[in-house]
Amino acid sequence: MERLRTLPGDDVRQIMWRFADRYDLQMVVQSSRSVARTTAARLVADGARNTHEWTPEKAELLKAFDASGLTGMFMEPEQGGFLAGPKNLAMCLVAFELSWVDGGAATCNLATDLALAPIHERGTQEQKDYYMSKCVPPQPGEDREVWRGAFALTEPLPYVGVDTGVVSGKVRIDEWKEGEEPMLQVEKRGRFITNMAFANFVTAAVNTDDERIKSSCMVILEEGDEGTYDPGAPTLKMVHQLSATNDPVLSLKVPASRIIGGYTVQDGMIVPNYSHGEIIAAVFQRTRIPVGVMTSAKLLSAVEPVIRYQRGRFRGGESKPGTPRYELGLQQNEDANHRLLDVWSTGESMASLGFAAGRMADDFDPIEKEKERIFAEQEIKGPRAQMKALKPKEQDAIEMIQLRAKPEGDRDQARLDALEADPLVQYSYLSAMSNVYIPACKLWNTGYGCQMMREAVAMMGGYGITEDCPGFLGQKWMDAQLEATYEGPEVVQRRQLALSMTGPVFAAQLTAWIDELRLHAQETPGRGHCTLATAFELWAWTVEHLQSAKDPEGKPLMHGRRQGVTFALADALAWLVAVKCFMDDVDELAEKGPMNAVVAEGLDALVDFFGDMATWQAARAAGEAGRVAADLVFGYILHPDCAGECCSADAAGNLFEGAEAFYALRRKVDAAVAGARLAKDRAAADLTKVMIPEALDYPL
Amino acid sequence: MSYHIVVCGSIVPDPLQTLEPVTGPQGPALKNEMMLPAVLDPWAGHALYEAANLAKNVPDSKVWLVSLGPKAKLQQVMMNVAQKVPFELVVLDGPSGGFTEAEEVAAHLAKAIESIDGLDKSKLLLFGGWQSASRGTGAVMQIVGETLGIVDQFQGVDKLEPQADGSMQVKERMEGGSYLVSTLSAPPAVFGWATGTLPEPPNNPQVGMQNMRFIMPAIQKAQPAQVGAAGVEFKSVELPAQRRETRVVKDVPAADIAREIVDWIKG
Repeated sequence: MERLRTLPGDDVRQIMWRFADRYDLQMVVQSSRSVARTTAARLVADGARNTHEWTPEKAELLKAFDASGLTGMFMEPEQGGFLAGPKNLAMCLVAFELSWVDGGAATCNLATDLALAPIHERGTQEQKDYYMSKCVPPQPGEDREVWRGAFALTEPLPYVGVDTGVVSGKVRIDEWKEGEEPMLQVEKRGRFITNMAFANFVTAAVNTDDERIKSSCMVILEEGDEGTYDPGAPTLKMVHQLSATNDPVLSLKVPASRIIGGYTVQDGMIVPNYSHGEIIAAVFQRTRIPVGVMTSAKLLSAVEPVIRYQRGRFRGGESKPGTPRYELGLQQNEDANHRLLDVWSTGESMASLGFAAGRMADDFDPIEKEKERIFAEQEIKGPRAQMKALKPKEQDAIEMIQLRAKPEGDRDQARLDALEADPLVQYSYLSAMSNVYIPACKLWNTGYGCQMMREAVAMMGGYGITEDCPGFLGQKWMDAQLEATYEGPEVVQRRQLALSMTGPVFAAQLTAWIDELRLHAQETPGRGHCTLATAFELWAWTVEHLQSAKDPEGKPLMHGRRQGVTFALADALAWLVAVKCFMDDVDELAEKGPMNAVVAEGLDALVDFFGDMATWQAARAAGEAGRVAADLVFGYILHPDCAGECCSADAAGNLFEGAEAFYALRRKVDAAVAGARLAKDRAAADLTKVMIPEALDYPL
Repeated sequence: MSYHIVVCGSIVPDPLQTLEPVTGPQGPALKNEMMLPAVLDPWAGHALYEAANLAKNVPDSKVWLVSLGPKAKLQQVMMNVAQKVPFELVVLDGPSGGFTEAEEVAAHLAKAIESIDGLDKSKLLLFGGWQSASRGTGAVMQIVGETLGIVDQFQGVDKLEPQADGSMQVKERMEGGSYLVSTLSAPPAVFGWATGTLPEPPNNPQVGMQNMRFIMPAIQKAQPAQVGAAGVEFKSVELPAQRRETRVVKDVPAADIAREIVDWIKG
């Protein structure tokens, strides 16, 4: 029985990534795929990446985005768009499809959305209507140019990559006539600003340089404003060359109405309604997700070209059709298939995590707006006051998680319904979860994904680093390096994860996950649920232990400054959460697949294949979590006189209190990977039989 | 004068996939047919885009797309096609692998066309591809036309131009790169399109959203169409053996490439 007949198609993906009932999103997928595999692919194949300049050839991408409908995707229907409601999942799908061919093309498409995001999240209604409408392609009968935007946060060297709280762009009052709107003088030098070569407007973060302006803010700068609007020189980057990246110089006089979110005048002072930090927090919360998805697309897109290369590897020699050497090429060797499976299973986990984060952000958007509305009604202002008001809701969120985890007949359904209907409880839950999912996605997908992309390139041998490598794998590997730094370098994600992973709401969810995975393990044994549950247990035990553990100098280990501890735990958690998302997707496929006529055919076999892949990935993640846990639990214990005795099996239990429990869990993790290599063997063997198209669907 | 344009156009398995004939329980089929991605038949695509353009330029005209194919696959393909041009979909749920008799397919198509509400046969322009990428008998459109009693038929059409007096000028392909130019006084008529003159229209998601509101229900209530090749025995079915000798070359003048091809043909 063939378990993997063809590579998974749209029908399978729509179920796994939960948009089978969203034909609007399916349309978006088709549109972006069409641009990716024609215009973008041709540009890469023709060597358009070989220059830093924004060329007329590269500008064809913008026309393609307009013609395919992608440009207007971010806007609401009343602003000229076509998708109503939150668009995080939609943006993830577009990023995935474009990055399947070229990450720079994806960035180019997403950059105007990023520029609009501050306006979308915190802008006044007038600002939203004006700028969103300008950025939609002209409708029939209209004669106008489409506006493009750029987002300017980072600063000129040497401040690149500094904390987002430190902004050297400045704003001061240039002129404020009695009864008139104040005019502002904005000074901003950007660095690594995407879309800047052709942007008509810039949303820029600036700090106050005037005692009459209370705080930092974000302002909108237009190319027609009085002063200097210099796009600057192209950034000499080696990656994502299909996006325009410049270092602009902006010195402009603009009306105060350009402050994003508006302002009030209090005691003769301009008080922006939102500081730049508040806006950026709202923006980055969401826009990090598509970047993580971009890298996942690279890995999944590598599978087919690598198989094609492996099978054809010896055809130029003496081998004849029908012989194993001719038909299988390098796939005769276990190592080739095993390594490719590592790439594939990593890509699956990355994509599952990314799309889960995207869906979560879609759920979160309306809840967050409702929370803002409720707090405005109750006149609860400022982050501290809001946190205080939300504190009691944490307990409710924990109760909601615990009730959800119970079987339907055994729980107080009325209470659960009441909790689920409370927007503040939902806010408390979703913010706790997304504060783990989103940084985990950005951190692990881009960071570890980049390492695995190197594996994919290596499987192509010398061909991988040539310009005509099928699937552009070499370019994708290089591009992945940049994705790891987009929207905050890895350390930013680790910091956020370190703060959020120890929260009580997430801890409650983790406990519920462990129970749920154990239950799944009983219902569908052999799909890695048990392995993952045990690894989660070990991780949770380690966190709890480290929270009270101290180093030989008596200093606490679980502390904001002990990044050697917290960051390592964050990395390990990202591995585990990614596999959890992958398993959820495989379970969803098993459950919903029978209802789809196309997928139903051969579904059990396909689920078996995915199940084996998830089992193997769970074993890898458990191994990583076990290694990190052991490093941290033992690594901070001093044993200078060790001569081989203190860490022997008998003596090791004395190294710290509770060691026996740790050993028991570690043994459990080791034992829980039983069968994982067999699962890998089966899935790897499937790779040798899967049918692939005769030719890549985009050019060399 | 307005037109009621019915386009017969379905989907075909993506030719980029390995299309391997096998013998299934119901006779010949393609290996893993349901798993193969599908695309709109390119000839049908030309017919649809020409129809939409004609309808756009002639007020009060309307376009229907009648498709015979697996409905789940049709839904996927329509996610893309529906964004291009406005039309109303009529779905017949049946196979698309190409192992069907032209007569059976044509009979189902004709019946579906007959059942379209509000279709005015005096305004009917029946469009389709003159061939199909799945199995090009070149006969389906002719039989559909005959069944519906339409005797004015044109095949290999590349251009159709309404004239001021209500007539239409038709350009059909002939051998040697020439065209046969005919004048049609009035509908109804059948047009088997070659490649036409229009490029694939750009996406318009608003059109897509509008179309999909009607396409999804149409797919849901698709009638099963039993088409096959009953009574026909396939002694053997095979694809032409693939022969690909690829060289990647760059910066070679077109003349040199042409010369090499000519040399190769001459052997």
